[in-house]
Amino acid sequence: MARVNKIGLTMKDYRGAPSTLCQGCGHNSILSQIMSALFEMSVQPEDVVKFSGIGCSSKAPTYMLSRSFGFNGLHGRMPALATGALVADVTMKGIGMSGDGDTASIGMGHFKHVIRRNLPLVYIVANNGVYGLTKGQFAPTAEKGLVLKRHGENPYMPIDVCMEAIASGASFVARTFAGDPKQLRTLIKAAFHHRGLAVIDVVSPCVTFNNEPQSHFSYAWARDHEAPLHTMDFIPAEEEIYLEEPMEPGEVREIRLHDGSVVLLKQVESDHDPTDRLAAIRAIERSYQEGVLLTGLLYINTEKPTLFDILNLPEDKPLNRMDEAILRPSRETLEMLNQEFFSGAAPRGNGHGG
Amino acid sequence: MAEEIAEHAHVATPAREIVNDFSITVGSINGTGSQTSNLTLLRALFRMGIPVSGKNIFPSNIQGMPTWYTIRINKHGYLSRRDEHEIVVAMNPATVHEDMERVVPGGVFLYADHIRPQGLREDIVTYPMPVQKLARESGAPPRLRDYVANMVYVGVLAYLLGIDMDAIHAALAYHFRNRAKAVDLNYNVVRSAYHWAEENLEKRDPYRVLPMDATQGLILVDGNTAAALGAVFGGVQFVSWYPITPSTSLAEALEGYLARLRKLEDGKQTYAVIQAEDELAAINMAIGAGWAGLRAMTATSGPGISLMMEGIGLAYFAEVPVVIWDVQRVGPSTGLPTRTQQGDILFAHFASHGDTEHVLLFPADPNEAFEFAWRAFDIAERLQAPVFVMSDLDLGMNHWMARPFAYPDQPMDRGKVLWEEDLERWEQERGEPWGRYKDVDGDGIPYRTVMGNRRPGAAYFTRGTGHDEYARYSEDPENWYRLVQRIKRKYHANRHILPRPIAEETGQPVGILTYGTVDAAMVEARALMEQRGLVTDYLRVRALPFHDEVGDYLARHQRVYVVEANRDGQMAMLLRMAYPQWATRIRSVARTDGLPLSARFIAESILSQE
Repeated sequence: MARVNKIGLTMKDYRGAPSTLCQGCGHNSILSQIMSALFEMSVQPEDVVKFSGIGCSSKAPTYMLSRSFGFNGLHGRMPALATGALVADVTMKGIGMSGDGDTASIGMGHFKHVIRRNLPLVYIVANNGVYGLTKGQFAPTAEKGLVLKRHGENPYMPIDVCMEAIASGASFVARTFAGDPKQLRTLIKAAFHHRGLAVIDVVSPCVTFNNEPQSHFSYAWARDHEAPLHTMDFIPAEEEIYLEEPMEPGEVREIRLHDGSVVLLKQVESDHDPTDRLAAIRAIERSYQEGVLLTGLLYINTEKPTLFDILNLPEDKPLNRMDEAILRPSRETLEMLNQEFFSGAAPRGNGHGG
Repeated sequence: MAEEIAEHAHVATPAREIVNDFSITVGSINGTGSQTSNLTLLRALFRMGIPVSGKNIFPSNIQGMPTWYTIRINKHGYLSRRDEHEIVVAMNPATVHEDMERVVPGGVFLYADHIRPQGLREDIVTYPMPVQKLARESGAPPRLRDYVANMVYVGVLAYLLGIDMDAIHAALAYHFRNRAKAVDLNYNVVRSAYHWAEENLEKRDPYRVLPMDATQGLILVDGNTAAALGAVFGGVQFVSWYPITPSTSLAEALEGYLARLRKLEDGKQTYAVIQAEDELAAINMAIGAGWAGLRAMTATSGPGISLMMEGIGLAYFAEVPVVIWDVQRVGPSTGLPTRTQQGDILFAHFASHGDTEHVLLFPADPNEAFEFAWRAFDIAERLQAPVFVMSDLDLGMNHWMARPFAYPDQPMDRGKVLWEEDLERWEQERGEPWGRYKDVDGDGIPYRTVMGNRRPGAAYFTRGTGHDEYARYSEDPENWYRLVQRIKRKYHANRHILPRPIAEETGQPVGILTYGTVDAAMVEARALMEQRGLVTDYLRVRALPFHDEVGDYLARHQRVYVVEANRDGQMAMLLRMAYPQWATRIRSVARTDGLPLSARFIAESILSQE
């Protein structure tokens, strides 16, 4: 018998169409951890909506959650598309799948502005430092000096998705590695419960175009250089059943999310405080100097107002279920408004004459 | 009536008064507050019952460049822009000589006396105005003196032309929302200028105004305000926009009206307005919202449409309703950002790469701007498609006389949307599974579910890539062929829901065809031509794709002049493409210089070919 979650669904209910991504692509691992996380959290697939742009990353949503609505839009425009859609029904949970080119090149402006607006959305950047669909050009996140078969050596400094996110005022910023399923899944769960925009930069090796052993985006490099910021576990308020390992009380830091769920941080190599924005920036900067891949929850702020707060949208009544009675003002209202315009009535009296 | 609309210059003879038929042009420096004075004059004349229009010819600049405002006063109601200026007021030293040259022989030239123009013309009547002196004596604080100085010409004109002072007071009260201090300050300057003129000027010109009753029941409004209000009564729920002249005031008016009219009792909003980071975001946000079942729109101008192209193609192909207002300005490139043109017709109709063809609506006046604003949502949701409303700067930003806005004459049409229970019933009744892109009704319009529909099976994956009837990815040639043919059929099979052309025919061999704001000048041009012996039929197209009436109209006329404000005659091109059998009958009368076409230009262009 297949394992059944609290709402009576099996893993099968979270699957999508068969993947057409390359065998061994890191993106497949990301998809499978999203599906696992939602299954474990017993999220109804119909309550989830998927968005993506263009690229290998953006093809990926087809291969998960076929019971959920999805919109595969234009290159770089996923954040804008998701903004319009999610406003229509604030009770839906959005997952945006993007890539390094989609986010850090053609869509950089939208990425930073959707962060600024704090749209409630799990924003996953499947980051492999290379353009796959167009067959192996440098992505803006590729490290300086990386050598690719067809394009030689990359002469430019990379863009760090997490640094950009923090600089733009993101309320949740994490980095992980597609080859670390446990951390990835835990971060997805935490992001899913975050009230606001949650950026997860997932180093996701491209097996076809960027898997040279010396590349930061290869499996080999990442395994050797990954420096987890802290071991972290996420416990949704209603269930602790999937807790992977017990926490030592002295090692635990609690971050309470708006929906009542809690993120616990176990500090392993540093005493990083993820509510401290400066500390997050310093930690990333230090990781450059040390040449390590810093993973974990880098920054979180659970108090920042979301776009829905700012727009003052009803929490219980989705906009897209409102009918004419609410949307079209009355005939009397129009008459009143007509009377407010400057009218051509004949002048009266002569009181002010020169 | 015919002789009264003659366009020849009026000769000033004290014996002959020229009443309610001339134009006043004020030349000033932008950002100095002259707009308040110009609107005060416009409104006062309107309140006197006299037909008026106001055209603002302004620079793309915040403060310090020349700007002109022309008020046309016409007892017959012909209110398009004219090339002639009977009365010119010079407030700008930089343009004073240019402004004096504008005056028609026998006309009037008023100038601020500190400007001291060299060599006053002798064939016109000139009046100096002690603008600085009266502004100083007004008691206005120094920082407001430049603003109230503009009220001096209001007062002098009131005396010279006989503008009713009560009407001026009413106009000021409206402008300053009855704030007594501001009204009194400005009105006192108007009054002292009136008294000064009474005591110091000898009226030597023939122009004057007399009260009429031609504006009773009408309002003065700009097209962007009308469009915003129409959208609100169309139930708009989502607006994403990026500031660009001349569409900005449309989005801002929307924000104002929505905040007033569309909040729930607990203060929650039933709408969202987002000023996007750019036009790419604006269109993609609106597409996301339209896809998710909201009445979504954006407002922009040509350069914004250029940036939105890819998104428009996505909406066309993925079949997402969205309304796009193009308040046209002069292109290509940055062009003349503050001048008007009908230059985006071809480009909007075929927006985006690949095979596309979009619905365009052409409002001609504020009443149609209001009506098309609410109707556009019905059309977009019915067709599951982007709908363009092609306004322009002349309509959007100038004040027009209009009828009070009429309440929508039909309930909102949300199109073929299936919510949870609808979908269940749909499948039961038809005995087949629902598919997002299945044409079950034969009208090319499929049924759609929207994000948030929680019924298992309601969800589908939307994509800009090839897809089959069940929205599954497909690169199959037959499937692609079928899909794009069905989308084309969707547009042509449902043309009847678009606004029909308006025809005025008496069986003449010569026909005229226009669209949008050219109508105002065309009405007058037809009268001018009739006076010269050319009687014409008239058809005003209000939507693309064309209704059958358009082809029938071409078939019925030996020659059809297509009049429009662009360089190449874009509508004429579309007509020749759509009706190759009548192509040789179509004659293009097209011009673009940034200004609305004048009736005289149109009449002369057509008469020279007849």
